[in-house]
Amino acid sequence: MNRTVALWLAVGWLGYAILPWYAIEDGFWIFEWLLDGYPLDSDYAPGILQAFVDDKIWLAPISLFLLLPLGLFGRAKNDPLFANLLLISGVGGLAYVGLQGFSIGISGWEYATLEALFGALGQRQFGLGYGALLTCAAFLFFLTQGIAARGAINGDVFVVGSIGLVIALVGIFILFPVIQILLSALKDEAGLYAPNVFLSKLFDKKIWGLGCLGSNVSCGAAWNSLFLAVTVGAGTTTLGLAFALVVTRTGFRAKKLLRALTVLPIITPPFVIGLAIILLFGRSGSVTQFASDLFDIPAGRWIYGFPGVWFAQMLAFTPIAFLVLIGVVEGVSPSMEEAAQTLRANRWKTFTSISLPLMRPGLANAFLLGFIESMADFGNPLVLGGNFDVLSTEIFFAIVGAQNDQGRAAVLAIVLLGFTLSAFYAQRRWLGKKSYTTVTGKGDSGTHPYLPKRLSWLVYGTAVPWALLTIVIYAMIVFGGFVETWGRDHSLTLRHYISAFSVSSGEDGLLWTGSAWNSFGTTMVIAGVSAPLTAAIGLVTAYLLVRQRFAGKNAFEFGTMLSFAIPGTVIGVSYVLAFNIPPIELTGTGVILVICFIFRNMPVGVRAGIASMSQLDKSLDEASLTLGATSFMTVRKVILPLLRPAIVAALVYSFVRAITAISAVIFLVSANYDMATSYIIGRVENNDYGLAIAYSSVLILVMLAAISLVQLAVGERRIRRRSETGDGAMPTAGSTAA
Amino acid sequence: MSIASKAASVTFDAVTKAFGPVVAVDQVSFRVGAGSLVTLLGPSGCGKTTTLRMIAGLEMATEGRILIGDQDVTSLPATDRDVSMVFQSYALFPHMTVIENVSYGLRVSGLPKSAASEQAHDGLALVGLKGYGDRLPSELSGGQQQRVAVARALVLEPQVLLFDEPLSNLDAKLRRRVREEIRDIQQNLGLTSVYVTHDQEEALAVSDRIIVMNNARIAQEGSPRELYEEPADLFVADFIGDANLVDAEILSVEDAVASVLIGDLELSLPSRGLSKGPARVAIRPQAISLSESATGGGMQGIVRKSSYLGSHIEYTIETAIGELFVIDGRVAQAIAQDSDVSVELSQQGVTLVRSTESAL
Repeated sequence: MNRTVALWLAVGWLGYAILPWYAIEDGFWIFEWLLDGYPLDSDYAPGILQAFVDDKIWLAPISLFLLLPLGLFGRAKNDPLFANLLLISGVGGLAYVGLQGFSIGISGWEYATLEALFGALGQRQFGLGYGALLTCAAFLFFLTQGIAARGAINGDVFVVGSIGLVIALVGIFILFPVIQILLSALKDEAGLYAPNVFLSKLFDKKIWGLGCLGSNVSCGAAWNSLFLAVTVGAGTTTLGLAFALVVTRTGFRAKKLLRALTVLPIITPPFVIGLAIILLFGRSGSVTQFASDLFDIPAGRWIYGFPGVWFAQMLAFTPIAFLVLIGVVEGVSPSMEEAAQTLRANRWKTFTSISLPLMRPGLANAFLLGFIESMADFGNPLVLGGNFDVLSTEIFFAIVGAQNDQGRAAVLAIVLLGFTLSAFYAQRRWLGKKSYTTVTGKGDSGTHPYLPKRLSWLVYGTAVPWALLTIVIYAMIVFGGFVETWGRDHSLTLRHYISAFSVSSGEDGLLWTGSAWNSFGTTMVIAGVSAPLTAAIGLVTAYLLVRQRFAGKNAFEFGTMLSFAIPGTVIGVSYVLAFNIPPIELTGTGVILVICFIFRNMPVGVRAGIASMSQLDKSLDEASLTLGATSFMTVRKVILPLLRPAIVAALVYSFVRAITAISAVIFLVSANYDMATSYIIGRVENNDYGLAIAYSSVLILVMLAAISLVQLAVGERRIRRRSETGDGAMPTAGSTAA
Repeated sequence: MSIASKAASVTFDAVTKAFGPVVAVDQVSFRVGAGSLVTLLGPSGCGKTTTLRMIAGLEMATEGRILIGDQDVTSLPATDRDVSMVFQSYALFPHMTVIENVSYGLRVSGLPKSAASEQAHDGLALVGLKGYGDRLPSELSGGQQQRVAVARALVLEPQVLLFDEPLSNLDAKLRRRVREEIRDIQQNLGLTSVYVTHDQEEALAVSDRIIVMNNARIAQEGSPRELYEEPADLFVADFIGDANLVDAEILSVEDAVASVLIGDLELSLPSRGLSKGPARVAIRPQAISLSESATGGGMQGIVRKSSYLGSHIEYTIETAIGELFVIDGRVAQAIAQDSDVSVELSQQGVTLVRSTESAL
């Protein structure tokens, strides 16, 4: 028998006959279950024993599917029966485990029709555990090996297996929850399908009302979100372009500082900027106080609402637009601009007729990114929104507030998802049609011309004040943690840091008495666990997308990038809806947080992987293959070592994002697993700004340290044109296909 | 030398490769004898690289059968074929030293490190890079990198060794030297090699046989001499060496010798199966001799252009049968532009060719 099949057969039996079949409430990894009645206790018994000790006879047939692959003994790989046995075992096993899982829940039969058919059921079953997980994994890989044996993708077991794994994961953790949210939106309070209720909720005045146009009533959340997102998208794109032009096309001195500013929002928890704005412009904020002292302007609450949220989002997302646009602005081939100049176009004409049109896809990209980020943003509207309702916060209040209306949350989530998916789709359509590629892979010489004078003053005038403002805001954040009460008592104190992070020595050694340690520790562990997993699945997906050809690749890519377009609040709600009940019962665990981060941040890993893998000449893989290495060995020995920078980038980014995430997390945290950001939000809601800011500063420092460490270890990333010295170290793609 | 050869033949049996609606290789059949070097030659897009990649197993044939030796490898992936390949971009692994690169194939096929390293050293010695083992590819010149790539492919003692335009990144002088080295190694070890190039001179220089491809099909297969002297059609005549393709008239055919009228010159040429009537001839630029003044019984012409190239002079002559491209080795007696000349054709270097729709 084939070695890979044997391995997965062993794994399958390990899951079915040895490990506990169901999830263990107190946690698997503390191994208490080993001493507590395993293997006969019905809570901890493996699947095969469940059938006997607890009369769960429906688990017995699984053994049939696990016995089938034994028929492969002595059969060659190209024997049709080889593939068919594996396919039957894989498909059958997966389908059967899924079917029984969804049919029998915590109170017996899940569906009335089944109960009528088979009679009431005494037993109940809980969420699937590690035993079931391994068994399902075995079935999945039987299936993919069966497909490979039938000749798909040159019979490459590793590639087919990877594709199968990614599809299964995306299906379970992205598509399944989204479908759950759609279904639950259609249900009424009693859990019955009620399209009328759905429609009335969908066209609710609170969502679509246009009162603000005529009278003084506030508009619906959907319009608010849309208006905010469009203005933020336009604003960040303009500012981002100004920054990018300053860095690439002027003689501005402090370019490095501008670039450094762009790292800040990545390591800033999303609501921190909102907090700082309150400290500056709120009723007791410094600027407000200053203005009222000096000019007698009454201190107002004008910052709460659209202006504040817009302002905060502009500060938070401009650097993202900058990062997108700097690549595009640098990517415009200097030789095209030089060509225009030799054709007697002046600087102004060159800029408006050549450079700007070539940047168009970048501008669209930046706008849509700002649009999506603004739609999905949760922290800033929560802190600064006031009466300005937006979809993301409305979803939150629909679930945690007094309403506790899951259906309404689901409807709101669908509206939000509709907006972001349309934007996502529009972006793909827009970029898909036109090709503005100017990076040819051939060394481009030449330099970008400077901007025309007038334009460069305009650009300075926009970018520099904004950069200064950003610096002030961050100074505020650091300073705010050290004062007694902002706006009232500005005496310096360490009180907030002590209350959050104090350590005292007791009888049993050190005691972590600070109130923040618990969530801080959890955050670090969860971020630390999810980062390598995110990077791994992201890079595997990138490898499949860049290097392999298979049917349905476009759908595959769309599926993996989908979570990027799904706002965090929607993910949060959908996870609560999907994983609160068996067969996959994860709410209240740390696992659900890890999974949430993996699939929220996966697109970044994919993008990083795609970007750097496209720079590796494909003939490197092919050379390895023709030298007799399997594709798995090729990935391990050739591709991964060459992708080190991308791996590190993906690791750092997913680590940092896991620390700063809030929108999805806030639905998924529990008493045992509280995350730093949700703890801070809790403090903010109690008006304990000092501690919130102190904690945020610590987080920023931790992330800054992590990034610098990695930067030091890997070395700075080199920019394209300067790194191309013509050595043979990195042959670039561009071979002439004959 | 411990590197031996397990040369096996390669057989294509009506192989087709389609990428969606685009047919890259159309019903191609050929056989590469064990121990010989066969070149796939053709313009870009003719399907020669796809053909090579199908031998390697990097592309899978849509239809037809591929055999290496007696084994049917049609559905076997690259990993499982006993074939190695030298890439256009060399594809040296930039993070491995030269010796690690060369021993990579041996290591992944399970050879212990010491044995692999020993064999890799033999391979490096074979290509004249003894002592370069600890360098990184980036510390080598282009020619040296090329030779490392050859050594890496050689040490596996493959049944078939493939070259994908291996010299196109080298400068002209180096190209000549490395191609001679490749040919020497191939002949000494008796390797079966398939070599892809679009450079006809390179193909003529290294090959036992040449397969000329055009529009996804084989245009002609034969020895270098056959292709040059007896091109099957206009495309081959034009692609292998330069040729002036002009209209002619076959006056009569007798014992496979045709009497052909080209302009007002009459020549006796092998008829090559053509019969009386209008025809085309390919005239090699070297087969045309020019003499100044209107003496001799040649065709009248006027020199429109002349370029001095050191070893020879290239002329463009306007004549009654069209513009003729002429290469003349008599550098000392250059003919001035706009002079009247008399044009004569030597029998050698003028061939009757079948016209095809693929003619230029």
